[in-house]
Amino acid sequence: MRRWLLWLPFLAFVLLFAVVTFGLKKPADRTIKSAMVGKPLPDFALAGIVPGKPGLSSRDFTPGKPRLLNVFASWCLPCIAEAPQLMALKQAGVEIDAVAVRDTTPALQEFLARNGDPYARIGDDRQSSVQLSIGSSGVPETFLIDAQGKIIEQHIGDIRADDVPDILAKLRAAQ
Amino acid sequence: MKRTLLPLLLLLAAPALADSNLPPAALANTQLKDPALEAKARDLMYTLRCLVCQGQSIADSDAEMAGDMRALVRQRIAQGESPDSVRRWLVARYGDYVTYDPPFSWVTAPLWLAPLVMLGIGAWLARGSFKRKKR
Repeated sequence: MRRWLLWLPFLAFVLLFAVVTFGLKKPADRTIKSAMVGKPLPDFALAGIVPGKPGLSSRDFTPGKPRLLNVFASWCLPCIAEAPQLMALKQAGVEIDAVAVRDTTPALQEFLARNGDPYARIGDDRQSSVQLSIGSSGVPETFLIDAQGKIIEQHIGDIRADDVPDILAKLRAAQ
Repeated sequence: MKRTLLPLLLLLAAPALADSNLPPAALANTQLKDPALEAKARDLMYTLRCLVCQGQSIADSDAEMAGDMRALVRQRIAQGESPDSVRRWLVARYGDYVTYDPPFSWVTAPLWLAPLVMLGIGAWLARGSFKRKKR
């Protein structure tokens, strides 16, 4: 056997060590991205949950102008933190539709009275079925929908103040 | 005084659970009437990842979302859909991450092929050492 072959196990060890160290040092990314980004919204139809506000169906998205689809719930604390940003987006002329996950009418009415109501439509998603069908794994999440009803982006977690200009720019670009 | 009060107060403090007030979906914790279909659904549930607990299957998890996913699996299986098709539906939404039974692709190829390669190397090494013994 040639002498350099002796080093092969050692090299393999170094390689393994490098891979493991890299994996340990890299901060864990536990967000689950939706695989539906880039695809049209799946078909769904949800009843309304707040009196006087229409429910939400996938037909509402085609054809139209680019819009936001907010997945939220009255029992979700980050959704309260996100509310002022959604109001600011609405003020900027953005149409926001929503899916309320596992929610009740009284709880939702209280939430909207307290935190503002930026929504054009709210669908009642009591078994998270629409949430599951668009690949969302938590609340709040916000999907950017283009004029053809295609999902162009998924924002995971609450929308912060510095996310707003970016979202506005992307919606404008999708026109 | 403080020492006795603190544990008591901690017992009183309600944990801030991020859960809704709605009861679980109808089929989340109820088996299907047809045992054959229920068996199919169960086998599938054990191979699907709970998205909010991440180390558990949806069959093992108490999370609300896992309950809703169990309901979804049971509904679709009860409607005659095959477990493979339900799995594909979820993979199309959440990626391969959602299944504990990863399909063969160039990303998972090392996972499936490494054992075979290792066995091959082992056999080669063993052959070498047996030869030496004969001498």
